Amino acid sequence: MRGFVITVLALLTGLFCSSVTYLPVIGSPYSVPNQHITPVYIARSEVDTGSPNIVTGTLADYRGFDTMWETTVMFLSGLTATLILSKSTMGRRPEKEDDYE
Amino acid sequence: MMKDPFGGIILNIAFRMLVPFSVVYAVYVLLLGESSPGGGFQAGVVMGFGIVLARLILGEDSILFNIKAKNSLALAGFGTFIYALAGWLTLFGGGKFLDYSFLPFTAEHANELHALGILMIETGVTICVMMTILNIMDALVKRSEDDGSIE
Repeated sequence: MRGFVITVLALLTGLFCSSVTYLPVIGSPYSVPNQHITPVYIARSEVDTGSPNIVTGTLADYRGFDTMWETTVMFLSGLTATLILSKSTMGRRPEKEDDYE
Repeated sequence: MMKDPFGGIILNIAFRMLVPFSVVYAVYVLLLGESSPGGGFQAGVVMGFGIVLARLILGEDSILFNIKAKNSLALAGFGTFIYALAGWLTLFGGGKFLDYSFLPFTAEHANELHALGILMIETGVTICVMMTILNIMDALVKRSEDDGSIE
């Protein structure tokens, strides 16, 4: 089993390494993601969103739904950290004597 | 909680300059996040820093602006609710979800409605981030008290 896992991992590593040369150059304006929707955002951001900052326009307006759930995830993770840290018994199974070893 | 104040005389004097500056700077980052680097997440962190600093240095009972643990938990959810409320307002205005052109307010241009919507959701994000930080700090302090680490 362990040899099988090592073989699969080695194969996947070789596959990923062989595909590195096909990746687009970082920062190239001719790569596929930079030619699809980015020029539209750069050209129309101020007209569409009323914000001179393209980052804010994208984050809060074009991708507003994404940011909403991002905020929700942050709230839930904070809530979970609070529940773990505060030793609260909320949501835990009732403890039995048998669980202790 | 945190009955013993942390600071001596130097911190007590220095924090009187640090905390108002950080809170004012947080409001600045929030309001100018639309046209410069910044925004709701950063403003929430800076504002939470001010309150955490005041709580560490002066102790919990003697600071002016304090938020209890149960209230901070509720307010963190309320910040997320403000964000979703902006989306619902655009639905009631006849548009799609979070399409700020349809906010039910009067404005001359759609751009102003967009700016208003962005400010609204970033206010919600700010409240959520700040209250989450205070919430985690309350949990840490309470745990240390239960362990007997601090008085």
